[in-house]
Amino acid sequence: MTTLTDDTLPVTPRAMRDEMIVFVVMALLLAAVPFTGVYPFFVMQALCFALLACAFNLLVGYGGLLSFGHAMFLGTAGYCSAHALKVWALPPELGILVGVAAAFVLSIVTGYISIRRQGIYFSMITLALSQLLYFIYLQAPFTHGEDGIQGIPQGRMFGVLDLSKPTVLYYVVLVGFLAGFLLIFRIINSPFGEVLKSIRENEQRAISLGYRTDQYKFLAFVLSGTLAGFAGALKVFVAQNASLTDVHWTMSGEVVLMTLVGGLGTIFGPVVGAFVIIAMQQYLAGFGQWVTVIQGVIFVVCVLTFRRGVIGEIAHYFRRSL
Amino acid sequence: MQALYAQLLVGLINGSFYALLSLGLAVIFGMLNIINFAHGALYMMGAFVAYFLLNLGGINYWWALLLAPIIVGIFGMILERTMLQWLTGLDHLYGLLLTFGIALIVQGVFQNYFGSSGLPYAIPDQLRGGMNLGFMFLPIYRGWVVVFSLAVCLATWFLIEKTQLGAYLRAATENPTLVRAFGINVPRMITLTYGLGVGLAALAGVLSAPINQVRPLMGADLIIVVFAVVVIGGMGSIMGSIITGFALGVIEGLTKYFYPEASNTVVFVLMVLVLLVKPTGLTGRAA
Repeated sequence: MTTLTDDTLPVTPRAMRDEMIVFVVMALLLAAVPFTGVYPFFVMQALCFALLACAFNLLVGYGGLLSFGHAMFLGTAGYCSAHALKVWALPPELGILVGVAAAFVLSIVTGYISIRRQGIYFSMITLALSQLLYFIYLQAPFTHGEDGIQGIPQGRMFGVLDLSKPTVLYYVVLVGFLAGFLLIFRIINSPFGEVLKSIRENEQRAISLGYRTDQYKFLAFVLSGTLAGFAGALKVFVAQNASLTDVHWTMSGEVVLMTLVGGLGTIFGPVVGAFVIIAMQQYLAGFGQWVTVIQGVIFVVCVLTFRRGVIGEIAHYFRRSL
Repeated sequence: MQALYAQLLVGLINGSFYALLSLGLAVIFGMLNIINFAHGALYMMGAFVAYFLLNLGGINYWWALLLAPIIVGIFGMILERTMLQWLTGLDHLYGLLLTFGIALIVQGVFQNYFGSSGLPYAIPDQLRGGMNLGFMFLPIYRGWVVVFSLAVCLATWFLIEKTQLGAYLRAATENPTLVRAFGINVPRMITLTYGLGVGLAALAGVLSAPINQVRPLMGADLIIVVFAVVVIGGMGSIMGSIITGFALGVIEGLTKYFYPEASNTVVFVLMVLVLLVKPTGLTGRAA
């Protein structure tokens, strides 16, 4: 079994400091967006997908488990948050909580099932499970089938933050993204993250050292699924709808693509990848199905020639972990 | 009762497609260590090649049954030579990602030119009409699909389990380096194996063209069900793939009759149950 990333660098104080500097620069750049005239809706959308891709990357890049069904967490959290906001008329903070809790429960159930098989079977199982949920949501009454849940009220967060104002919403989404990102960053650099990486590199050896690798993988799956759900709950406020496209396998494929483009197993790669892919979809929206073809071409080119991804290449060049 | 038999027949037909596709996936996985995500797209190409042969070349169904798998098989072998072979020695997941990309490209191109609606493909004259079996009315074409698929599956099983070529193939699956040392051209065998697996998918596509119409996305959802079939059956045994494929088709058909709401999901639910009871799959070795 060959490994995903060929340069695994140890977590040193210096590497941590470098990564924190990049993080602060990224946070400042993103905080400045509303003053630059860039369309905030685009950035908010990209931030939601960036968080989703980071959560996905936690599982594949650090645990070596390629989930082909991460759309199920995005979509489930989206539907549950949307339902809580619109039908139960809950305030935004509780709406997000309902979505995240739903993704948490779902990731426990699906994780328990899918973690039983390794490698390629794991990918097929997660894909099949997300397709199962797709058909359930297609038929369940509360999702409104093909129409989806539309016109979701954005409301006032904590009673004071008016989310219908784009700038306020932007900063709420940004804070949510940065919080999620920091949590993932913390997990990766924790002892738990180190064990996870060792399982990715050589599971047999990790087992022989006394680690119960199944439990580590399960926990990584639940963390990843729950954080993906958080991204889905945030996305509800941006898009103001929850629809079947968020649960479809094409969405799972897009998340994989974002992470692959940015760099599997890199900290900032998924963020870059999400912005690249969302921007591409924005600019090529007029080309119809050619967008799918282009995405396919990017997949093929990345796998054949560019396996480290954008950030992975940069990190490799400077011999840093990014 | 009529409706039950009709659904059983539909189930058997779907089961034929599951068997042909999962068989191809298992054969390819054995040799290339790749799960071929493009399998659904190549199944669709088989149906489209039959459609082109008929409408552009005036070549009938019977020739399409032979030519479409060969044409798509050659296309597959080109894919293997130009792209898949570079993945040898890399993690499994890159094979999945690469073939997923290929599937997106193929499906996207066909969707651009043919939209998402279906193109009709007529049942050949010799197989039109039906037979009254006493307890049910059997459309001849549907009966033909089941019988012919079963024959092809068994022929493939025979080829792999009982012939000299199959023995080489199985040996190369176990230990490619050693087989190479005996002077057998393993890379060429890998290419031919991929062609064979892809050809089986294309054959299923031709068979399904008169029943399901020819659509660019006809393979996209099917492949996910076939993945579940593969998880249930395991990829360790050829006969296991065939039996699991047909059995799940029948179970799906029965579900359509007794509880139609669950007919889309029954295979996935069964997959979950099998994973809970016997995680290695019904016939599979631990992977």
